[in-house]
Order: sequence, then structure tokens, then C-alpha cells
Amino acid sequence: MENWRDHGIVLSVRPHGESGAVIALLTEEYGRHNGYIRGVNSSKLRGVIEPGNLVSASWSSRMSDQLGAFVIEPERAITGPLMGDPLRLAALISACSLCDAALPEREKHPGLFHGLLALLDTLDGEAWGAAYIIWEMAFMRELGFGLDLQKCAGGGDVSTLAYISPKSGRAVSLAQAEPYKDKLLPLPDFLKPGGSSMDMGEVLTGLKMTGHFLEHWVFAQSTHGTPEPRLRFQARVEAALINSGPNSA
Amino acid sequence: MSYNRSTRDDGPLDQLIRALASLPGLGPRSARRIALHLLSRRDTALNQLSDSLRLAAEKIRPCSECGNLDMTDPCRICQSPERSPSQICVVAGVSDLWAIERTGAYRGRYHILGGLLSALDGIRPDNLSIGTLVNRVQDGNTTEIIMALSATVDGQATAHYITDRLKSSGQPDIKISRLAHGIPVGGDLDYLDDGTIATALKSRA
Repeated sequence: MENWRDHGIVLSVRPHGESGAVIALLTEEYGRHNGYIRGVNSSKLRGVIEPGNLVSASWSSRMSDQLGAFVIEPERAITGPLMGDPLRLAALISACSLCDAALPEREKHPGLFHGLLALLDTLDGEAWGAAYIIWEMAFMRELGFGLDLQKCAGGGDVSTLAYISPKSGRAVSLAQAEPYKDKLLPLPDFLKPGGSSMDMGEVLTGLKMTGHFLEHWVFAQSTHGTPEPRLRFQARVEAALINSGPNSA
Repeated sequence: MSYNRSTRDDGPLDQLIRALASLPGLGPRSARRIALHLLSRRDTALNQLSDSLRLAAEKIRPCSECGNLDMTDPCRICQSPERSPSQICVVAGVSDLWAIERTGAYRGRYHILGGLLSALDGIRPDNLSIGTLVNRVQDGNTTEIIMALSATVDGQATAHYITDRLKSSGQPDIKISRLAHGIPVGGDLDYLDDGTIATALKSRA
């Protein structure tokens, strides 16, 4: 009999049968792990099995390569308070769907577990948009697709980095970028040396930047492409900017 | 599956058991019990059920306005003069409409989406009747939309998406409300989960 116990963040819930579900957790020690859970509609579990919540999970299975079953207990409710905020909720769903779609099953990523938990904790704060972009960059780095924002790809001034090459993922200084501006992706202000603006316009610039690399690097070989919630999150930020002006937070 | 392992042919009884077993909440064992019960009471149970099924298949249709199931199109709720056309309650399915109707507390009209947005199940906005709702709001004299969708991530993501669509469709003045989230009637704080209490505190009146 195989079994373990660990913390986990709920990534997705797929109803299975009438009262059960197959859920995916991002655990600290066992990575993204699927398992069957009974009684998801019970009053005890109803509010717990939602993407983004932190739970304590016991997994057991007769053999290690089987789906197995989870017994879940709530640890921290993160999703509930965010449900009333469309943008923050969209960011939460997007982060969970990226982990669910891109991480190989049962591959240990403790850094990503703690990173996602930190992001979810930041979502009810002021700088949540910038935190989300930085998390996506860390997420890509963990998967082997790191962006290099430390120096200029063309050997230019490090203090004026303002763009990123869509091919190499390396930063480019203002002067070096001048002839290729149209082909480069602009860096959001909070990722530029000395930059501090984190308004929604900069968040959208960041989403377009990481969205490009998610599409062309991380999900390039996926038949489904970038997960729908990530695309919807970017579209929602864009729509929010159009509706309320470029400098609204 | 067979009611008798030695019987190889797929007769009407096998077909009946298989059809019953495919219904929600029923497995092969329950299906066999129901089949035997129906056959032992042909006049009182089997024929009556058979007539009801035939009648339902022939008569019940989805309402072209709201998506409710009824024998008339538009349905009786959409036709009723006692129902206020200015309020539309948006629900995911017919069972949610029935749940609200059981309370007797709502006297407006409904709109049934036919599900919730779900990336996992591949349900996109095009798969739901959101466009029909936008058209209803644009054509009619609706003043309020009540989002009666489940308090889950999928339910609330769908509600936010519909709100955006309605606002961007040239209806900025329409009131969009949602069902309250929080402590259920008779709920004891000590037995509630953290998320419910946190949400109740956040949306306190």
C-alpha cells in the first residue's frame, strides 16, 4: 500500500461520478499529483475543493502508479475572499491553470509550490499585478525557460534595459533596441532598472511579454496552446484598462 | 451486463436494465431491482411510466427565450403577466431555476445559461447562451440582472464574464447584482469553513 501526507494547493477539480471528483494538487514534496476524492458536495468539503485553496492531503493507493485517493482537510481558504474581484480571481485561476497544464505529474517542484503560495497570498494586496508577472517569470525559469534581465543582449548599458528579445528572452537596452524597436517586446516599468510603476498598464505590458514566451516556449508543443484562463485573464486586464483609463490600478 | 449470466442474447429486459443503469444515481443492481419492480406491476407502474416518458419526449421543449423546460414555448414563466419582465435571474441550469422557484421568493424571469465556463471541461463562452442573454437585455426593458450562479471559482468566473459582456454591450446603466455569499441560515460559526467566514466578513452588510 502506497501512501503519503503533504500540503497541497488545489489546481483543478474535475467532477467524476455523482459525488466524487478527480483533483490535481500542487504539493510541496510530490509535485503536481492527481487523485480521486469522495464526497466533494458534502458540507465539509464543498468550500474547500476550489482551485487556489491550501489543503492538507493524504494520498493512498494500492500501487504507486495508480490514480489513488485523497483524503483532504482544509488548511487555508484563499479563494473565497477573492471571488468578488474579477481581476484577482482571473489571476488566481490563470496561475492554477498554468501549473495544471504545464507541470509534469509527480515531479517535485518545492520552489514552485512556495512561489505559488506566496503569489496567492499576495493577490489581496496592492502589488498583486506585478507579483503575478514575476511569478510567471519564475514559473518559466523553473520549467527551463528563464528570461535574462541581468544584462543587455547587445552589450549595451545595463541601467537602461527597456526591451526583451522575443527570440532569445534576453533584455535589450534603449540604445541597442532603437533599430529593432518594433520587433522587441517592451519590459514593464517594474522590471526596468530603477522602475517602480506597477499600474495596470504596466501589468498588461508584462502579461503580453510573458504571454509571448508562454505561447512560443512553454506551450509551443502543446496541442491546446496557452490555457484558456491565462488568455482570458489578459483579455480581462485589457478590457478593464479600456473601461477605466490607462492609469487605474 | 446481463440479468442472467447464462443468457447470452440481448433481449428487451437487458436493454431496459442497461437504460435504467445509465441514469444518474442508478447502478446495475438498482436497475435490476427497478426493472423487476416495473415488470411485476405492469398496469400501475410500467405502463404509467411508459406513458409519462412518451408524453415528456413529445411535449417538453426548451423555452426559446429563457431555456427553461416546459410544454409551451415561451414557457409559462416567460408568459406569466405576474412575472416582472424587468428582472432576469441568470442560473446555470434548470435544476437551479427549480431551486429558486421552490423558495417562492422571486417573481421575475429567468435565463438559463446551460452550464458554467470551465477550461477543464472545454466549456467556452460560445457554448453557453450568453449571447441570447445580451440580446434579451438589449431588446427588452430589463433593469436588473441577478447572477444566481454557484459560489465556486467556475460560477464566479462566469458571473464576472457575463457582467463584462453586458457592460460592454452598451448597457452600462443596468443593475447587476449577485446572490449573497456567507453564512447559511441556521449556520453555526464554529462549524463553518474559513473561506465562508472570510467571505461573509468581507461582504458584510
